[in-house]
Parts: sequence; structure tokens; C-alpha cells
Amino acid sequence: MSNIVIRIEKLEKRYQLGEVEVRALRGVDLKIEEGSYVAIMGPSGSGKSTMLNILGCLDRPSSGSYYLGGEDVSKMPDDQLSEIRGKRLGFIFQSYNLIHQLTVVENIHVPLFYQGRDIIDCYDQCKKLAELVGLGNRLDHRPKQLSGGQQQRVAIARALVNDPLMILADEPTGNLDSQTGTEVLDLMDQLNAAGKTIVLVTHGEEVAERAHRVLHMKDGVIDREITQRRRQVAPKPGIAAVATARA
Amino acid sequence: MVAFRAIRTVQLGIKSLLLHKMRSMLTMLGIIFGVCSVIAMLAIGEGASYEAQETIKKLGSQNIIIRAVKPPEDNKPSTGRRSYVIDYGISYQDAGRMQTTIPGVKRVLPMRIMRENVLFDQFSVPCQVIGTHPIYPEIAGADILRGRFLSQTDEERQNNVCVLTLGLAERLFAYQEPLEQSVKIGADYYQVVGLIREKSTEQRRPQSGNMEGQPLDNNVYIPLSTARSRFGEVLVRRGAGSYEAEKVELHQLTVQMENTSFVESAVPQIGTLLGRFHSKKDYELIVPLQLLRQAEQTKRIFNIVLGSIAAISLLVGGIGIMNIMLATVTERTREIGIRRALGAKKKDITTQFLVETVVLSFGGGAIGVVIGLLIPVIVSQLTDMKTIITPLSVILSFGISGAVGIVFGLYPASRAADLDPIEALRHE
Repeated sequence: MSNIVIRIEKLEKRYQLGEVEVRALRGVDLKIEEGSYVAIMGPSGSGKSTMLNILGCLDRPSSGSYYLGGEDVSKMPDDQLSEIRGKRLGFIFQSYNLIHQLTVVENIHVPLFYQGRDIIDCYDQCKKLAELVGLGNRLDHRPKQLSGGQQQRVAIARALVNDPLMILADEPTGNLDSQTGTEVLDLMDQLNAAGKTIVLVTHGEEVAERAHRVLHMKDGVIDREITQRRRQVAPKPGIAAVATARA
Repeated sequence: MVAFRAIRTVQLGIKSLLLHKMRSMLTMLGIIFGVCSVIAMLAIGEGASYEAQETIKKLGSQNIIIRAVKPPEDNKPSTGRRSYVIDYGISYQDAGRMQTTIPGVKRVLPMRIMRENVLFDQFSVPCQVIGTHPIYPEIAGADILRGRFLSQTDEERQNNVCVLTLGLAERLFAYQEPLEQSVKIGADYYQVVGLIREKSTEQRRPQSGNMEGQPLDNNVYIPLSTARSRFGEVLVRRGAGSYEAEKVELHQLTVQMENTSFVESAVPQIGTLLGRFHSKKDYELIVPLQLLRQAEQTKRIFNIVLGSIAAISLLVGGIGIMNIMLATVTERTREIGIRRALGAKKKDITTQFLVETVVLSFGGGAIGVVIGLLIPVIVSQLTDMKTIITPLSVILSFGISGAVGIVFGLYPASRAADLDPIEALRHE
């Protein structure tokens, strides 16, 4: 029996857009087990971005409940949500979102900084992660000196540094060419094979193909769900070590 | 833990500022100018007022100086005569009345000043011959270098003795020992009994006539009684085709009070006393204490003006910083979103931008202090102006520059913290 990482019940999100009330989410129920690889798809306006924001604790639902690793985060105040984001979640964005003025290692360290851990104490950990994603020789480079694929791999390393319950990826290959995109997706496959829970938002069918579960959203609800066969990926030893560090 | 966070935040701030070196430098400029101008101007002002106060103090703060002033020219007899006698100045009686009627008067020092040439050997030096009393060095604060000053006996016997200032002695006696020599002043010979050095050589300006090119410390002191009997009361000056004679008893009275607390009350009393016996205003009162107070008052006003200039320039600098920080926050909205997503709380963002602003303003303050300390040094090197750097001005201006950073950084920082992380992440 695997652990439930996410449990969402009757989740609703309403916005006030001027006079009009927009119902972005209209009662979503969802459970995600540890170690699963979930893709969320849907046309624009279907509520998938809102879903991602709420899953990422960047936004709070209007009603319904959201349990992340057993904690109800749906009504937490802002500071606590920040803490949850820093400790429990890893983010991968379409546009990498690295911080320009910091080096590769420093970028990887950022989530730990906000948990009150100095870079001197966790330099080795950050360095190991950089090596894991194949940037061991770029430790002191700035994001601008790296290619898109390399930047995204730094972002992946950063998403792993706090050993999160779940990695949230928002179109991780959107800005990459197919070659580097495949590399990044392969890396994510490896992470999942090593036991990491991944939730991915995408438009691309070939990206979603890699997931075990594909959730199609439409008009603020999960319209249909497809379960796919798990791809057989043997995790690299290094990645397995990272993923099982928590156990 | 707090310590390392503070250090890292400062490091991050510096890193972020170094990303735009030019912009950061220009932003700091306002604070730099503000701080360095405060320190430099205060140093120069302090030096100037110190000099002024020193000069005044030399006159003696418990003294009141009454000086004879030639009445305005339009009082000349309009008869077309080209030679006449002007009768003005302070009388011997004035001195006596002062001593006896004004409470708190300790001593009154009369002075009679004549322009004569002093001769020795083939040297002839134009100088001021001052007839005065033996108490002169104590009241005017002159140092006796050699020999003695005039004595009471000299005064009583109308001795032909004189005391020279060091400067004059050096001009008259190239090779000889000046003491015991006889110099010729006017028609008579006087024996040199001592050499003195004036504390303030500017104190006695010439009463009239042209003293250009002549040092002011060419003074000869003779007993007042001798001066009266040898030179008489009428001083004649030859002009172009005319004689101009002045009848002056005394040119200057220095009234020494028991202590400074008597000065204030004595001034109007002296004014009244003199007003009663002088039909025209042929004297002026110089009150060093009042001058000192005035100098202090002037300094206070100067400080207020300076303070306002400093406040305005720091304010302008602060506004400049705030402006740039607001632009920075907008420009780095994305970074703020990223940091928020990665676990930064609102207060972490506030701290980050506040620290950045403070680093900027403190950096500017530090550079300003360095330049501000250099300017007075350069100024006193290039000119003769004295400059005094007060530690207070350094601490104050540096402190204010930091405060400016905090005050003008709070708004941009809170703007940054209040950004919605979702919006911020989407920002291009």
C-alpha cells in the first residue's frame, strides 16, 4: 500500500474578475500516490494552471480541502505556505527560472537558504546534485553562460535539493528543442524510477506519454483520466541514492 | 544562524548591485555628494569660526575696547581754509571717569598712538609710537621677550625709555644688541629697555593714513607721560599743500572688567558716560565678548543652513535610491516570484531588498566619508584656511546615510514582498 502524497476533495477556485465571477475549478477530487508520475493536460482555460498553482501552494482554494503529505494546506497562512513550498515541493518551470546573479551551485542552494541552512554547510550536497544532472564542470557558471538544456537541468537539481514530497513541472520542455527536451524528460523518468513523485502540466502528447496517469481537464474539472503502462526505466545509481535519501 | 543569514543577505545584495555597476554607482552619487559635502563644509566652517574665535579671544573677553574714530569728513569747517585742526578722541578725563564710575572696572589702559619714524644708525623705520601704561602687557597679552616693559617709575619721571616689538628690533638692529641702545623717535633719543611680542598684531590698526606694505608689528612703546610732554596733543600731518592737524588726547582705552559677567552691564554704562561728554560720535566700542557671542551665533546659523543643505541633499539622494529600487523591484519581479516559490517568506523578500538599499546607501555614505575627509585636507594644503574635522559630523552624516537607506528602502521592499508570487512568476 503506497502512501498518499496528495488528497484533494471538492476543490473549488473562484476569481472575481471585475463584475464577473470566474469559476476556475469546480470541484476537483484527486488522489496521488507516492512514486507516481502524473500528467495534467487540457486546453487553455480548462483550469490546469490554477490547479498547478494550488498544488504548488502558491494559491489557496476557495473551498474544498487539499492535503499534502497528510497536512491540510488549504487554509494555511502565507508564511506557512512559503515554508511548505520550501520543504515539501520542488518546482520546474518552462523558462527555467534561475536567478541570474547566482552561480549553478548557489542556484541549487536557494531552497535550503530559506530553510536556514548556510551554503557552506550544504555545498557538497548541492555540488553532488549538480554532478548528478551532468553539470559537475559548470559549478561556478552563471545561468547566462549555460544552454537552455543545462539551465533546465540546474532547475531540476534545485527541485531535488530539499528532497521534496513531489516535483511540480510546468511545461518543462516548452522552451527546449526536441533533443534536449528528450534528455530532460529522460532525467525526470529516472527520478521517477528512483521513487520521486512527479506532477507535470503539459500540452505535448509525447511528454504526457511518459506519465502513468494522464488527467485531462476541461471547464474546471477533471474530465477523463487515462492510466498508462509504466515505462521500464532503470534508475541510475546516483539518482537512486538521491531519491532514497529520505527513506 | 541569524548571523550567517545576515552575512549571506548582504553578500547577495552586493552581488545584485554589482550586476549593474554603473547604475549602482550613479544611484550612490546622491548620497556620496550629500555626505562628503556635509563633512567638508562642516570642517571648513568649523575651522573658520575657530580662527575667528581665537582672534576675538586674544582681544580678551573681559575687556571692552574704546577706540577713537575720526568724525566724518563733512564736519570739516567749510570756510575754504585748507589747514585746520580736528579735535576728537577720548580724553584723559574719560579714562578717569570710567575707572571711578562704572562698577566692575578693574583697570583702564590708555593708549596714545602716533605715527613717527624710528631712527637708529642709518636705519629709519616708520612705525607706531604708542604711549601707554606699564600694565599694557598684562591687558593686551603681550609677551616680554627680553629686558623689561615700561615701569611706574618711567611713567612718573617721564623717562625717555622705549620698548620695541621684536619685528621692529629686527629691522633696526642688524648686528647690534638692541638693549641699552638709543633710538631716535621724533626729536628725542630713547633708551631701549625691552623687547616684546604682541599676541595679536592685527589688534591695533593704523588710526589713519596709509600703512600699505608695512608690517603691523612695528610698534614702539613709551611711557604715556613722556608721550604727552614730548609730542604734545596736536599731531600734524602734511597733505598736498595743506596741513591737517588732529588734536587727540587718547586713541584707545582698554577697560578691563573684574570678570566677564560685568561686561554686559558695563557696555551701556560706558556708552551713556561717553555720550554725555562727547558731542559727536568720535569713538567706537569694541566688545570682544559680544563679538564672540556673535561669532557663536553666526556659527549656529551657519550650522542650521548647512544642516538644511545636508538634509536636502540626503533627501534627494534618498529619493534617487528609492526610485532606482522601485525600478529594480519591477525589473526583478521574476526573481521575487522564483524566490517565493522556493520557500521565501514575505519578510525574506523585504529583508533582501531593504538590505540591498542599505548596502547602497551605506556604500555611498562610506565613499562620501572618505571623500569628505580628503577635501578639507586638500583645502588646507592649497589655501591657508584652517579646517577642523569633527568626529560628530562624520558619525552623523554616515548614520544619516544609513537611515536614509532604511527609510527610502522600506517602500520598494514592501512593494516587492507584497507581489503575488503567481503574477510574479508569470512576469516577463
